[in-house]
Amino acid sequence: MTTLSFATIGTSAQAAAEPARLKLWRHETANIAEIDVSKAAVERFNQSQQRWKIEVEMIPEGSYTETVTAAALANDLPCVLDMDQPVVPNFAWSGYLRPLKGLVSQEVLDSLIESAKGTYKDDIYSVGQFEVALALFSRHSILKEHGIRIATTEQPWTKEEFLQALATLKASGKFAYPLDMRTGWKGEWYSYGYAPMLQSFGADQIDRSDYRTVEGVLNGKQAIAWGEFFQNLFAEGYVDRNPSDDKAFSQGRAALDYVGSWEMANHVTSFGDDLAVMPVPDFGSGPVVGGGSWHWGITQSCAHPEGAAAFLDYILQPNEIAAMSEATGMIPSTPAAAELTEHYRTGGDWRFFYDYSAAYAKLRPATPAYPIISSTFETMLRNIKDGADVLDSLDQAVDTIERNISDNKGYGFN
Amino acid sequence: MASVLAARQPENDEKPRRRYVFLMSTPALLGLFMFLVVPFFMAVAMSFTDQRLLSPNETSWVGLRNYDRLLNVSGLVQEPVRDEAGQVVRDEDGQIDYPRLRTLLRSDPAMADYKLFTSWDLGEKRYIVLAKDPHFIQSFINTLLFVLLVVPLQCGLALALALLINRQLRGIFLFRTVFFSPVVTSIVVVSIVWSFLYHKDLGLFNHYLQAMSFGLIGPIDWLGDPDWAMPSIVIMSAWQAAGVQMLIFLAGLQGISQDLYEAADLDGAGAWSKFWHITLPGLRNTVVFVVISTTIQAFGLFTQVDVMTQGGPQGSTSTVMYHAVTKGFREQDIAYGSAISVIFFLVILGIALFQKRLFDSKGDK
Repeated sequence: MTTLSFATIGTSAQAAAEPARLKLWRHETANIAEIDVSKAAVERFNQSQQRWKIEVEMIPEGSYTETVTAAALANDLPCVLDMDQPVVPNFAWSGYLRPLKGLVSQEVLDSLIESAKGTYKDDIYSVGQFEVALALFSRHSILKEHGIRIATTEQPWTKEEFLQALATLKASGKFAYPLDMRTGWKGEWYSYGYAPMLQSFGADQIDRSDYRTVEGVLNGKQAIAWGEFFQNLFAEGYVDRNPSDDKAFSQGRAALDYVGSWEMANHVTSFGDDLAVMPVPDFGSGPVVGGGSWHWGITQSCAHPEGAAAFLDYILQPNEIAAMSEATGMIPSTPAAAELTEHYRTGGDWRFFYDYSAAYAKLRPATPAYPIISSTFETMLRNIKDGADVLDSLDQAVDTIERNISDNKGYGFN
Repeated sequence: MASVLAARQPENDEKPRRRYVFLMSTPALLGLFMFLVVPFFMAVAMSFTDQRLLSPNETSWVGLRNYDRLLNVSGLVQEPVRDEAGQVVRDEDGQIDYPRLRTLLRSDPAMADYKLFTSWDLGEKRYIVLAKDPHFIQSFINTLLFVLLVVPLQCGLALALALLINRQLRGIFLFRTVFFSPVVTSIVVVSIVWSFLYHKDLGLFNHYLQAMSFGLIGPIDWLGDPDWAMPSIVIMSAWQAAGVQMLIFLAGLQGISQDLYEAADLDGAGAWSKFWHITLPGLRNTVVFVVISTTIQAFGLFTQVDVMTQGGPQGSTSTVMYHAVTKGFREQDIAYGSAISVIFFLVILGIALFQKRLFDSKGDK
């Protein structure tokens, strides 16, 4: 009897103790479903235990990275925050993030696909609930009419097939610009969307064995071939140099749409069964799709990292990841979660994205130099698109990136 | 009550008045100091360091390195490639072959930081202008070009609109609202809408041009042609912002005494000479203010470029502001961004002072 009453007192005392409050930042997207499911997950986590209470603050997406940077400078970062994966190494190098090994359970880390883990120098600093992949969308009716083969995962288009298809479509006179590549988007899209092409040509944005050498990588033979190929797409009139909107494919003005899996739901709504989803072409070194979407990390300034880790463990459970995927259509980041979803389970109608991402995703270079690489890459590629000399443009980008790396004493790579 | 009485003291009671001047302007001065003066001096200090936005490395003084990288310009004369016989090597098109400039520059540590700004061939020699940041110099020239084009256009448009609506007509209020409406529309929205209008194949402007010229004026690639991109932005910017200057001109016009016009009518003056001899002199101070403020505002061109062209095609619309934001924030080199801002501040200050002097000396005549 005494023991029992003691136990009761013990629990009630614990329940009465205020849970420790942890601040969380999340970027506010236009996708309401994504925000709702995220908020619901936090609510469920807060209900599931008494020790921690996560408090969510939404930050507008447009200025999210700038806000985080400013907060870091002012020593005002929250405990948990989400980040676009490519900026993770930069934050980690600057000392704002904690390595997750030993905090987040090993079992959870092992369950994630590679591109759902953000690393810097062999340490994991961020983990993601979902992934996206690039694809080439078209319509069965258009391909059939012009006698173009539908590319498959087993046999993607080669560069020649791709160019032949474009030539055929252009010659038909039905499409002013047969391919939409979302050239009007700015910022990270250039790196996310077009660096995989460069990698499929056999080049890269930086030498990943030392993260210091760019000379000969971004301006080597394969890179030049890629630059000329890219410039040619615009010179031949296959792609609109300055599109004023991104609806060319859904309005029937373009026959092919090179874009991320996030457009899948929209395109299915527009075209239903007529929609053909194809893998990106193989330009010589195998097809490549960009990897790494929005990730979660824990800051150094967090007073209760174990609480933050408990939250990450919670939202990386298969059913939480599956809930996110069901609501948003994004690719789940663990095999177990994929099996729980309608679209991505084995045999599901979007499963191909999952396999594709697992097989061909290549993360953007995991170096703190990434912000300069991405910005320089965008400027360079815009110039190439607009007809500048390919080799000069590549050389200029190489010089800019290399000087920045040496200014920053190698960003920790020696 | 006492203060109200004090405030109503005759104007020649200078001392308490001066005290109030200080008291009343303190909040504004404090704000100016905190958000303008302090950041400016911080920027000056930062421009002599290698401060990054995010970095675990210690910040150190680098002296004039940022300014050197920004402003350093040099020249070079290249000799053509010659074969063993000493003959100039030419390619299939008969163009003279020169050694690749980058290889040349990278082989010499003293020259390694220089990049090509521009070059021209004269005889069998190639004259090359090098700069450490050719992109900045190009951005600077672009910005000056924008100012030179937009200030006369925008001020002229504003004056014309002000003259149009400065009359007592029914429904004139409607026109004032319409002419002013672009100003209250977000510049981002205006830029996106104008991107549609400017589109080479689908845009309204090219359709109109072709219809009106019976197909003689071919489609202009407004934002995609390096020669047209900046004028396109100039036209849009002038249209968007002219409303503000229009209002200021309107206020100026209504400040001109009607007696002068009546007197001129009696003397038999025409509309043109009334405009030239009464309206313009009457607007003198307004014009000075409008031109200087438009100039300063025009130097800050950023949003239109960021939304419509991202500095392209081939750098033809990159501005100093755009370059500073790209370097300072997107590439996190805040020290370099600061150096750009400091130089830019000095240039704008110089030009504003020059304009002021110019107008003042005209007034003395």
